[in-house]
Amino acid sequence: MTVIELDKVSLTYPNSATSAVSDISFQIKKGEVLALLGPSGSGKTTLLRLIAGFEHPDEGLVLLEGRNVCQSGDCVPPEKRGIGMVFQDYALFPHLSVSQNIAFGLKKMSRSDRLKKVNEIIEMVGLTPFRERYPHELSGGQQQRVALARALAPDPIVVLLDEPFSNLDPDMRTEMRREVSAILKNTGSTAVLVTHDHEEAFCMADQIVLLNQGRLEQYGSPEAIYHTPLTPFVADFVGQADFIPGLVQGKVIETVIGDLQNKTGFASGTEVMVMIRPDDIDLLPRETGKTTILARQFRGSENLYTLQLPTGEIVHSSQHSLTVIPEQTKVNIRLKMTHTVVFEKSEVKS
Amino acid sequence: MLSIKGIVPRLRAGGWGLAAFALAALVFVPLAVVLSSLFTVNDEVWNHLVETTLSRVLFNTLFLTVGVGFGTAFLGVSLAWLTAACDFPGRKVFDWALMLPMAIPAYVTAFVAIGLLDFTGPVRTILREWLGPEYGFPEIRSRGGVILVMTLTLYPYVYLLARNAFLTQGRRALEVAQSLGESRWSGFFRVTLPMARPWIIGGVTLVLMETLADFGTVSIFNYDTFATAIYKAWFGLFSISAASQLASLLVLFVFVFLVMEQYATYRTRYTRAERSGASGDRVALSPLTKWLAFTFSLLILSAAFLLPLAQLLFWSWHVLLSDLDSRYFDLLGHSLFLGSLAAIITVGAVLILVYANRLYNTFPVRVMVRISTLGYALPGSVLAVGIFIPLAWFDEQLIAFFDVDLFLQGTLLAMFCAYLVRFLAVAHHPIQSAIQRISSNIDESAKNLGCNGWAMLRKIHLPIMRGGLMTALVLVFVDVMKEMPITLMTRPFGWDTLSIRIFEMTSEGEWERAALPAVALVLAGLIPVILLTRERVI
Repeated sequence: MTVIELDKVSLTYPNSATSAVSDISFQIKKGEVLALLGPSGSGKTTLLRLIAGFEHPDEGLVLLEGRNVCQSGDCVPPEKRGIGMVFQDYALFPHLSVSQNIAFGLKKMSRSDRLKKVNEIIEMVGLTPFRERYPHELSGGQQQRVALARALAPDPIVVLLDEPFSNLDPDMRTEMRREVSAILKNTGSTAVLVTHDHEEAFCMADQIVLLNQGRLEQYGSPEAIYHTPLTPFVADFVGQADFIPGLVQGKVIETVIGDLQNKTGFASGTEVMVMIRPDDIDLLPRETGKTTILARQFRGSENLYTLQLPTGEIVHSSQHSLTVIPEQTKVNIRLKMTHTVVFEKSEVKS
Repeated sequence: MLSIKGIVPRLRAGGWGLAAFALAALVFVPLAVVLSSLFTVNDEVWNHLVETTLSRVLFNTLFLTVGVGFGTAFLGVSLAWLTAACDFPGRKVFDWALMLPMAIPAYVTAFVAIGLLDFTGPVRTILREWLGPEYGFPEIRSRGGVILVMTLTLYPYVYLLARNAFLTQGRRALEVAQSLGESRWSGFFRVTLPMARPWIIGGVTLVLMETLADFGTVSIFNYDTFATAIYKAWFGLFSISAASQLASLLVLFVFVFLVMEQYATYRTRYTRAERSGASGDRVALSPLTKWLAFTFSLLILSAAFLLPLAQLLFWSWHVLLSDLDSRYFDLLGHSLFLGSLAAIITVGAVLILVYANRLYNTFPVRVMVRISTLGYALPGSVLAVGIFIPLAWFDEQLIAFFDVDLFLQGTLLAMFCAYLVRFLAVAHHPIQSAIQRISSNIDESAKNLGCNGWAMLRKIHLPIMRGGLMTALVLVFVDVMKEMPITLMTRPFGWDTLSIRIFEMTSEGEWERAALPAVALVLAGLIPVILLTRERVI
């Protein structure tokens, strides 16, 4: 069942020359986690606010459970939409205790039902010992959990998370990602996550909407986004990507590091750019090798090598970190690509 | 064995500690003197007071604080919310203009209101001519009148703090409330207002302490509260002990509010301010409510500032030729002299306190600093009594033992001690926040670069603190100029000031002739308001 659908939504803020978002369409199914991913200023928070009802589209439709929420200027206000929100700074009510914060949205309930519900949720997020504390007496991770619990308590049709982990330190962030994912799955919640961190989107989302300057670049699963990016921007945004020139010759694409299968529709003679990810390249140190290692970056579980091809292009390769190949070593390289991603030459900025 | 080297720093620390202790004693001694009179034997005058006036004074004071408390809370919060969260015509001007009433001392607004609205005043005379003698205009010299005037002059305290709360609260909290099913309107009562509660309570308790401390307004209205009762017991019935006993009761009142205020400020620490402001997303009012908001704001601004100022200028113009004489310049000179000297003394004392605290941040020093900055809560009339009694005792000892003819009680010393206690906190706030910006890392960088001691003070500390020091000087200067009860009760013979002149003229009902000194006070009072509006969010 589709919980949220955006159909060709556009919005331009007053006093702004460019549109904040334009022509955006996507759907979220029940129980799914969708990530709105993009750099700052890409319009992801605007989309979140459009869904929540704090902004209204200039064009296009926002449908909640199949119902158009903005008909001819008459929009359903945020408080009538049944949507939960978790903000970057949590926005907990400082004058209310943990249990009062969580009970805030539970109004049309008997006292005993409310108490039961609050207990259930507090138990689920593991805050039972802290239920009478005030927000300033909690750690960042605990505040985060209260914010999530408060948003989930009224059983919203969807919960919107706006950069929810950016105020946590890195260790805590990894742990909270896991924990929040688990809570969302356990409750069968539908969620929209706004983030600028592709790793966060990869590990939490079922679907990703990748945005750039208010436009949708790609909409698909994390795997599709990583392995088969539709644009050079996507390729670059979700991980290390290098581009090397190639020439289409019938069934193959000729490049300086070997021929690749041509699965694209490009005609023979087209000049193209082939995307190379660091995990696409293997290294074999050889004195006769034509490729030089310029630099090595130690990253814990892997080494990332910067390579200069005989034609001068720079590519990267990641190798496991147990063997170390010194800088300036000559190597041969071997491609082990599973997906060939090719763009027209004019698309790629050098 | 203690080396010589070890003694010097100990002596230094002792010196700073002693200075801090002396300043704390200035607050503590008058308080102890006044409170001890709770347990002294009742004399005849006191019994007389208990039988005749005490219950009225108690009831009046209670009624006044409750009325002014609710009045200022309503005006301050509603105006702050309108200017901070809504949009209506003239909002940007009202935003700062609604602070202007702070420039007019309450007793000035009081005599202007009476002069305008009294039975023989112009408003009622004209109304009588139009409508005949019996039209039931409410009497201004009444309980409602005092409450109205004090509400109009004191609401800016609540306005300032509530506005600050609404502005720093941001819109996130309200948005969360909306996502949880509250409308903007119900969200205001469930989230916005409760979140601003510590600030509002802080503002209202400041107002209540000012109300209890007020002497000028209530004496103009002939409305007996503790402040006027203390004055009458001392200068009417010549019983300093009865005055002291009244003062001790007043202190008990003040204490309740002081505790409330300290608790409220403590709570504000835990309500974080966020960076994303409320701007850009103001509540859209309907055309009708927009103009209602405009009318309401204009009405308050007119009643509290524009009309009183216009009337003062009008009266001053009338008496300009007859009253702008050498006597006026004497009064002005006294006010300026007292204000400046008190400002310098107070800022000097504050510097001692903040440096004692910075160099030797030990528990006793912190306690001393805390006590010395609580003097603002003591009403001027209480301080006058509390400082006069020990000084008079000291004089007696001097005469008895040394047979010298030195009278401390009739000198400026008593007055400056009282000013110092009352206005120390006013100067402490800006100087403390200025010195907090000089981190210990700055000191250490300076030392690394070979700059130490006096050179560091001159090259680093003074330039950084200049703004804070100037603000402190101006605030104390203006407060002392406007001050009435301390000046009235402790001034040496012949030391009349502008505020004393206003007291004398208004007690004879000569409103016109009180206007000229009042204009000077209002002009001086505008300076801190301008400083405040330039800071925007304090």
